[in-house]
Amino acid sequence: MADLAFDPAGHPFESVGHAPASTGLAPASAAYAPGSAGAVPGAGDSLAGSAGFLTELRGALPRLADGLLVTVEATALGAALALLLAYVLGLSSRSARLPVRGGARLVVEFLRGTSLYVQLFWLFFALPMLGFRLEPLACGVLALGLNFGAYGAEVVRGAVAAVPRAQTEAGIALSMGPALRLRRVVLPQAHALMVAPFKNLLVQLLKATPLLSLVTVPDITFQIDQVRSATGSTAASYLLLLGIYGGTAALLGLLMNALERAAKARLGQEGGV
Amino acid sequence: MWDGEAAGAALPVVLEGFGITLLATVLGFAVAAVLGLALAVVERAGPRWVAVPLRGAAGFVRSTPLLVQLFAAWVLVPKLDALALGVLVLGVHYATYLSEVYRTGIDAVPRGQWEACTALSLPRRRVWRAVVLPQAVRNVLPPLGNYAVSLFKETPLLSVITVHEMVHEANAFGSTHFAYLESFTLAGAVFLLASWPTSLLVRRLEARLAH
Repeated sequence: MADLAFDPAGHPFESVGHAPASTGLAPASAAYAPGSAGAVPGAGDSLAGSAGFLTELRGALPRLADGLLVTVEATALGAALALLLAYVLGLSSRSARLPVRGGARLVVEFLRGTSLYVQLFWLFFALPMLGFRLEPLACGVLALGLNFGAYGAEVVRGAVAAVPRAQTEAGIALSMGPALRLRRVVLPQAHALMVAPFKNLLVQLLKATPLLSLVTVPDITFQIDQVRSATGSTAASYLLLLGIYGGTAALLGLLMNALERAAKARLGQEGGV
Repeated sequence: MWDGEAAGAALPVVLEGFGITLLATVLGFAVAAVLGLALAVVERAGPRWVAVPLRGAAGFVRSTPLLVQLFAAWVLVPKLDALALGVLVLGVHYATYLSEVYRTGIDAVPRGQWEACTALSLPRRRVWRAVVLPQAVRNVLPPLGNYAVSLFKETPLLSVITVHEMVHEANAFGSTHFAYLESFTLAGAVFLLASWPTSLLVRRLEARLAH
């Protein structure tokens, strides 16, 4: 793993191909790759340049689709792991037993306090030195899931705490057990409160996925960077990439809005059909 | 496994990078705090033809990845020093978050305050500066603090544009000494040691402001 010679300053996948050409950047940027393919900022986006860009883009479409699929996959798997962890840690941190509660709090604080970037790099570079080697995508999904799971745990904890106490008391009065109470009374009401914060977290998670390209995962950022290197159309490439992320984020937002309406409809609240 | 000697050698290197990390955090958050406040006020009180496009642009910046923004800025604005550019991009990105925070703070200022200003026929400028903003900012201090901590934890991204902050240094040390385990573990520990007390402080501030 070490001979991959990852250098965050040099966008690892770039070091495979294009030799850095001077773009008039600071000397330190010789090691830096984006923008190295002879792209004179601005000039590469002339009419002739954009025609070449479109041709190249059409040729690269299958690879771009692959990249987008990897990004979506990382987002979906990361979010699934995060959701699971959020429930486990969030509900544990409301446990009546101190060891469970304290343990959950510690894990949450640990995962939130050490930066996502350190966690990802740790899993990718340091873990193999302990004898465990994970696929790059697995490293990414694990890092995203652990980090966002800890943030999600706070959402779950807060939402459950926000359900009025009388609801639990009514459940007790009806001699419902703790599990049944949680499942049929508390959680359905908490869900409606969780969706909006989860929407923010999901968009944040999507926006964190380009990090995976730093540990050699061929996501959409990786693929479009290849197109950029091949054409030198820097502005067009990055604008397209930003547009793809913005569009995906908007789609996720619509999806989560629908989920929120559905959760509220089940409770007979406003916005339901 | 864990090599104490390598860790001892890595520590000063990592801590030196931590200086740059702190510098980037402070400068980045200063940019974000000022720009975010300006954004919030203009979006609220500026003329429509400025406010509407600005809101759209802020939404776009907010919903796209910081990493890609850093790449784009690095390639498109070649003349700027890496740290300065990184601080600016970080600051603009977080300004779009903070403008939302300020907005909720402004919305939470009671209507009566505005009406009192009208009754006293205070000039608009003075209403914002002396009445609305002091209350609005005070109310949102805890979320501002949370965003400062979150910005702090995102500074490692600046390493992709050659800023020699902590994770960059940890990575460089790891690759030259084959000591990734020690260097990245130390970097993580420094993040934890710095961000945990800060978030505890923010939580206490929150509790104090709550009443």
